[in-house]
Amino acid sequence: MTEFGRRGVLLGSAGALALPWVAKAQAAGVKIGLVAVQTGPAASLGTHLKDGFMQGLKHLDGKLGGLAASVVDIDDELRPEVAVTKVRAALERDKVDFVVGVVFSNILQAIIRPVTESGTMLISTNAGPSTFAGAGCNPNLFVTSYSNDQVHSVMGEAAERNGYKKVFALVPNYQAGKDAVAGFKSRFKGEVVDEVYVPLNQLDFSAELAKIAAARPDAIFTFMPGGLGVNLVRQYRAAGLAHIPFLSTFTVDESTLPAQQDAALGFFSACPWAPNMDNAANRRFVRDFEAAHNYVPGSYAAQSYDAAMLLDSAIRKVGGNLANKAALRAAIKAADFRSVRGPFKFGANHYPVQDFWLCKVVKRADGKFATETVRKVLENDTDPYASACKM
Amino acid sequence: MSTQLLLIQALNGLQFGVLLFLVAAGLTLVFGVMDFINLAHGVQYMLGAYLGASFAAATGSFWLALLLALPVALLAGLALEWLVFRHLYARDHLAQVLATFGVILSLNQLVRMVWGSAPLQVPVPALLEGGIQLMPGLTWPTYRAAILLAGLATAGLLWLVVERTRLGALVRAGASNAPMVAALGVDIHRLFMLVFGCGAMLAGFAGVMAAPILSVEPGMGDTVLILAFVVIVIGGIGSVRGAFIAALLVGLIETLGRSLMPDLMRLFLAPSPARQTGAALASMLVYVAMAGILAWRPRGLFPVRAG
Repeated sequence: MTEFGRRGVLLGSAGALALPWVAKAQAAGVKIGLVAVQTGPAASLGTHLKDGFMQGLKHLDGKLGGLAASVVDIDDELRPEVAVTKVRAALERDKVDFVVGVVFSNILQAIIRPVTESGTMLISTNAGPSTFAGAGCNPNLFVTSYSNDQVHSVMGEAAERNGYKKVFALVPNYQAGKDAVAGFKSRFKGEVVDEVYVPLNQLDFSAELAKIAAARPDAIFTFMPGGLGVNLVRQYRAAGLAHIPFLSTFTVDESTLPAQQDAALGFFSACPWAPNMDNAANRRFVRDFEAAHNYVPGSYAAQSYDAAMLLDSAIRKVGGNLANKAALRAAIKAADFRSVRGPFKFGANHYPVQDFWLCKVVKRADGKFATETVRKVLENDTDPYASACKM
Repeated sequence: MSTQLLLIQALNGLQFGVLLFLVAAGLTLVFGVMDFINLAHGVQYMLGAYLGASFAAATGSFWLALLLALPVALLAGLALEWLVFRHLYARDHLAQVLATFGVILSLNQLVRMVWGSAPLQVPVPALLEGGIQLMPGLTWPTYRAAILLAGLATAGLLWLVVERTRLGALVRAGASNAPMVAALGVDIHRLFMLVFGCGAMLAGFAGVMAAPILSVEPGMGDTVLILAFVVIVIGGIGSVRGAFIAALLVGLIETLGRSLMPDLMRLFLAPSPARQTGAALASMLVYVAMAGILAWRPRGLFPVRAG
């Protein structure tokens, strides 16, 4: 062995000796990879999500369970392949301890394997596809939002209880749109007089509005996320159809209301949370969030705030020891924190078991638009897939 | 479906077509006269909508906003021309597509930085609130009638300028043979700049007009741009008359297709698959029509004669 080579080996072993120190230095803090879309038309949802989580950290003085928390921002760009690359980098280079966030199900679907197979816990604060709720459930995945189909079925239940007989369904022509109609129908026993599927990039709804007027339904059910919903709501109001109850999911919420404003007043949505919910945790969250960000938080923000509180409780429970995954998992599963929704617990599939509400768009005294709870529709609801989950 | 509903859908189709024409008119002028593929036309439309929204919020008046947004949209267009586009006229179409696509990405991001990513809204002006009762329970908003009129007026004005003035003669000549026009002593660069400015202003105008009925958000121009390209290809590139006819055609096919296809499919299929295939077919219809027209008349319905 040459002198040079020997020195190399010595240096190498010195490096190896130093490694436990590196690991120890990392254990002093907790690193979160926060996946939130920041580009493209859905960026405002990512902003809600991120601001909500950061608000949680702020309330916890920048610590999670006593450990100083640092956040690695991951913009998934709403492109699965980008999300996978960036999340892999966060896992391997930044050595994040948790991956939190994700607005859209297709992004969750893309990153779930790289994250959970590395033994890292994944906390989805919005996307809740049925894929991972039933037979495909994953011990390292926790969802703080809901199972997607649950929300649509809540609206079906609300329509059923209101005694509507004829409902007109209007959704975008893709998988989530079809799931929305199926979810709605799972609890609505009346007649769905027509189901209209529109392209995802639809701008003008006048053809559909004329059809609705001709069909004279008791109510319409719609799922039009983002800009689609902005266009539909304003055109629906302008066409003089607002006397037909507007039952919706993910169509009128705090992310779209600034653009819908008066046009959405009195329109309904199904929700697990609304800014007006009367409990101490929620009052504090909404008040401080609005003061810091100057907009009304939506469910994306609330569920992410909850995720911060959830992690805080879990890390505290395990005494800051993130290495024992089984203990950590049990601590998260315990969900021993004050949710802004009031009662909150995880089901066997790590999706929440929670109450669902019928919500309505109101104009608050300060002139801002928000959703408000009207009445509880489902209590302690477990999503329909949970029984198929064997963990 | 009743005749009444069919007529209403036709009216909706015409109105959507006119909105498309407002966007496509500028695009076809620039593409036709300058042989320049401007993918950024859509973001100029978006810029118009954002300017309209900002000015409306600041002044409280839609009309003032419209008045202010137009010159700013024009200036923004000229600035883009000066900064980026004029260096591309001599390049091939691929370079133009790449560069203007870059402009789309940058401007979409810039808009997000300035205005945020949440959609904005522009209230319908008080003068045009309300609507006309078309059938029991359905009103046709007055504002849509205003769009229809604005589009028809724009079409008339453009026709007058292009067909009846000296400037229009130069534009038409430029569309059919630019080097020859330059050889005859016309400052072709000034002409190009003028045409480009008009195109940008038309796009901005369309954006402001669309803002009260459509969501103002980053990327809103991209969807419209695709349809606008279909319109100018069907109409014949460079032809304002062609763009007008084609825009109405596309508007009608879009709207009627969406309302009739699912019902038509029900003749052959069970209700549930009929709805979904009907919807899928309806969204393809415009492109099928474009392919059909191109097979029949490869240069569009009203080709601008060259050479």
